[in-house]
Amino acid sequence: MSGYQGKKNIPRITSDRLLIKGAKIVNDDQSFLADIYMEDGVIKQIGDNLIVPGGVKIIEAHGRMVMPGGIDVHTRFQMPDRGMVAADDFYQGTRAALAGGTTMIIDHVVPEPGVSLVAAFKQWREWADSKSCCDYSLHVDITEWNKGNQEEMETLVKDHGVNSFLVYLAYKDVFQLSDSQIYEVFSVIRDLGAIAQVHAENGDIIAEEQRRILELGITGPEGHVLSRPEEVEAEAVNRAVTIANQTNCPLYITKVMSKSAADVIALARKRGAVVYGEPISASLGTDGTHYWSKNWAKAAAFVTSPPLSPDPTTPDYLNSLLSCGDLQVTGSAHCTFHTSQRAVGKDNFSLIPEGTNGTEERMSLIWDKCVVTGKMDENQFVAVTSTNAAKIFNLYPRKGRIAVGSDADLVLWDPDVTKIISAKSHNLAVEYNIFEGTEVRGGPLVVISQGKIVLEEGSLHTTEGCGRYISRKPFPDHVYKRIKARSRLTELRGVPRGQYDGPVCEVTVTPKVMSTVSSVKTSPAKQQQQQQQFTHQPVRNLHQSGFSLSGAQIDDNVPRRTTQRIVAPPGGKANITSLG
Amino acid sequence: MSYQGKKNIPKITSDRLLIKGGRIVNDDQSFHADIYMEDGLIKQIGDNLIVPGGVKTIEANGKMVIPGGIDIHTHFQMPYRGTTTVDDFAQGSKAALAGGTTMIVDHVMPEPGASLIEAHDQWRQWADEKACCDYSLHVDITHWNDSVKQEVDNLIKEKGVNSFQVYMAYKDYYQMSNSELYEVFTFLAERGGIAQVHAENGEIIAEEQARMLQMGITGPEGHVLSRPEELEAEAVFRAITIASQTNCPLYVTRVMSKSAADIISQARKKGNVVFGEPITASLGTDGTHYWSKNWAKAASFVTSPPLSPDPTTPDYLNTLLSSGDLSVTGSAHCTFSVAQKAIGKDDFTQIPEGVNGVEERMALIWDKAVTTGKMDENMFVAVTSTNAAKILNLYPRKGRIAVGSDADLVIWDTDAIRTITAKTHNSAAEYNIFEGVELRGAPLVVICQGKIVLEDGNLHATSGVGRFIPCSPFPDFAYKRIKARKQLAVLRAVPRGMYDGPVSEFSMSRGGTPSASARTSPTKQPVRNLHQSGFSLAGNPAPCGPPTPDDIPIRPAGRRIVVPPGGRSNITSLS
Repeated sequence: MSGYQGKKNIPRITSDRLLIKGAKIVNDDQSFLADIYMEDGVIKQIGDNLIVPGGVKIIEAHGRMVMPGGIDVHTRFQMPDRGMVAADDFYQGTRAALAGGTTMIIDHVVPEPGVSLVAAFKQWREWADSKSCCDYSLHVDITEWNKGNQEEMETLVKDHGVNSFLVYLAYKDVFQLSDSQIYEVFSVIRDLGAIAQVHAENGDIIAEEQRRILELGITGPEGHVLSRPEEVEAEAVNRAVTIANQTNCPLYITKVMSKSAADVIALARKRGAVVYGEPISASLGTDGTHYWSKNWAKAAAFVTSPPLSPDPTTPDYLNSLLSCGDLQVTGSAHCTFHTSQRAVGKDNFSLIPEGTNGTEERMSLIWDKCVVTGKMDENQFVAVTSTNAAKIFNLYPRKGRIAVGSDADLVLWDPDVTKIISAKSHNLAVEYNIFEGTEVRGGPLVVISQGKIVLEEGSLHTTEGCGRYISRKPFPDHVYKRIKARSRLTELRGVPRGQYDGPVCEVTVTPKVMSTVSSVKTSPAKQQQQQQQFTHQPVRNLHQSGFSLSGAQIDDNVPRRTTQRIVAPPGGKANITSLG
Repeated sequence: MSYQGKKNIPKITSDRLLIKGGRIVNDDQSFHADIYMEDGLIKQIGDNLIVPGGVKTIEANGKMVIPGGIDIHTHFQMPYRGTTTVDDFAQGSKAALAGGTTMIVDHVMPEPGASLIEAHDQWRQWADEKACCDYSLHVDITHWNDSVKQEVDNLIKEKGVNSFQVYMAYKDYYQMSNSELYEVFTFLAERGGIAQVHAENGEIIAEEQARMLQMGITGPEGHVLSRPEELEAEAVFRAITIASQTNCPLYVTRVMSKSAADIISQARKKGNVVFGEPITASLGTDGTHYWSKNWAKAASFVTSPPLSPDPTTPDYLNTLLSSGDLSVTGSAHCTFSVAQKAIGKDDFTQIPEGVNGVEERMALIWDKAVTTGKMDENMFVAVTSTNAAKILNLYPRKGRIAVGSDADLVIWDTDAIRTITAKTHNSAAEYNIFEGVELRGAPLVVICQGKIVLEDGNLHATSGVGRFIPCSPFPDFAYKRIKARKQLAVLRAVPRGMYDGPVSEFSMSRGGTPSASARTSPTKQPVRNLHQSGFSLAGNPAPCGPPTPDDIPIRPAGRRIVVPPGGRSNITSLS
């Protein structure tokens, strides 16, 4: 597969110079044959008959596909949960990612309620910097909402290169935010130019259902899916879309697990909402029938939220929507726990730590389910596994594209290799693999990360701690071009009417409290200012047309009952009331 | 219109009536027959009826005779911050009769914290004194706790109320949280009630209202700008989710927008038991008037959810009503004088909400849906009367022309043309939101409780004759399906024995355990039964490789597990 120009037989390559010859370069828009020359982790030249320095390691691609390395937009490595830590840390996790052809991951920072966002972010940076084997970036989860958070978010966006924040509609009394809070968070996110991510499930209903199911004596993992029916997911997606539209904020739905949730997203996109959907390896590759397994440990390994759908036709459906563009990006939501950790919930499914594996299997699974079956072509494959993620999170074209100047994160893909996924051979620390026994066609042959070969001939050569933090700028074009145009369009104006001067009823002072008793409202001065620069969602402008449309009414002057006596105000009347 | 025997008696007090030569229109069929009524009941239907002498006879001359309309949603005499709506039960039910509606169902609105039963009794008293036609009551649940639950139970069992409305809007006032909705729905499903919702997302409205006022928009246009139709659709979607979860029949009051109607029709296609109620206003006019330069006129359109500014909305809703996706029509009649509306002259959030429509409802639907060919006369009867009677469990006493049914009838003139105007309407309000609209179709004769109340354009309504009609729980129309589903959906746990592997240490600092409020006894909802099929299905997803039997040990070599004392059972595959 690979030979050396000049010096031969050097067992392990440390050179920063690499040449891939005879590759079929696959980007999301086109495929073409060319050579690629990389130096210092960056692609320097693309073309035929490149002039390169001597002593460069050459990889012969023999016309095989070379594509941008995968970007796993959703991982939770080393995530703390009630004193435990997810089984795969940043080392184990990124190693598995690289083994599967993924060269960049974006992990979620989950601050415990009460912990500052910046402090949690720094903690995650520290963990990842010391252990990560590939480039990474971080989403920050908003697990509670108060005034301080807004400033912290601003700091994270401006100084720490974070441009995406996740809010939870589920996990009542722990992470869950109310609709008003989400409205405020989304307003802040839009002003900062970031992406609003949501974990979409109706936490209130889940809490009720969990109690009911436990009362019925159902304590096993099947209770997890029974208490979280897919409707509850679809409902929350719908609500998130509504709030995002209202605030003109771009929305990103993490973990699309069911047909109905995917349908809601597809419908919203057809109506013009700026919303992205992220199915994960688990929802694309397996289903929720396993929750009924007699083997508790196996059933528990599938526990994740939203749960896998018990409908076995779901994966195929989601793969179809992914292929047609209704869903755009894929992650793994990789968050693994040992069986002994899962067993914390052996008598109560609601205590089982949640999460499934998938970072290693993601690329192969999608290739097998979508490209092999003819649902999508290789270019679309690159789009959903890498390019779209880079665009949404403002990493493009540094990541997600093979072009001169882009990072040398590449995968030489073998479309014909077949592999049976098994916990015996996977690169993870856990005992179970939810895709156990699944045969997938297509896999990485050579993986290059930061210009270095990390996978070759089946062996992994990863270096702990070499992963760099990739900071991301706000206002990604892919997302915000439309948002900006819309905010320019929508200017709301009142109707100039002058003062109403007719009679006014006396009112008892019981205030009608519906008039906005807002909670901790974020600094209003600031909001106002932003409203002037660019505002809010498009609404049909009726100011001009309103009058003529309402002209259909013949009565504008004299709709007055004969019995009603109105005294003309002193000083004559204005023309705004027609009484009199 | 002639008398058999005694002639020239100006006003009829006789309890016997005969309609000759009418074409009877029910929701299922139309046919020619005579109708004989006595003591407020239909006694005979057929040709050449043998009736006692001295009976007043009405010659219908082939005109349609339809069951009197049921306006399933009114707010007569509603208290509002120390004042009341201008149409009380007398004025309101008079207007109803003038329009061909012979029964109304009013909403009891207890103040949050007040007793439901006391409020109900108060409304009964008001209505009994003044109503000119039969009536029933919905009770609105404006707060939720155990004593309210008791009261709801009492209302269903003893007071003849079977429908209760909850609010998803009016934050910090009437609004209920999702958990409360879940509990209310669960309870109603158990007791056979109908859950009605006012569907709008109150939290977002509150935010938007603050934003509008901040921007200096204080007029009635702010009302519709702060309540975009998406918020209505969102709440409808959420209500349907919760109702389906609790297996409770759902009734969405005031469907005002296309998107809300779409969600209801989608849910019905998925099999949800949900009914949608468009109102006269949403079927007959639109929200462009909020931009009127005449403040008083713009304010008269203020209602929630607001009328949609999209002028194609009424036509769309009429189409869905005709196709059966929306089921019943009400008026949500709740009128305020201009002086009352002017409470909100400087702040649209203070404008009292509500529009007229009880009088115009029947004619408007006839004009928009029947003359345009969207629906036939039978469907017209269904959406104006029969479906409402079925949902309220009053069928066939109301909503049908049949022997034994109440003698609430309307002789309908399909060709009469009227122009709606505040100058001639029977409501006390100064404005009519349908001002200037010309409608084809009107009642010629209205018979209520077996007495003629409208004839030759003259209304002879008597205040206080209206009876309270109790509604019993578990209406077949809604509950047959609910009951069948309840039987189907039995959840069972997987028998596994005890897990006996190692268990990690963990702190209980946070967890998924729900800390919820007072819990009602559980009901069941349908869920695909996977208990039987689960095991064999589990073998499916690995078609390419051999399915992994559950008891094959899968274990990384590096991991040591200590065998528990007393040996292992087969439930963990770790060995």
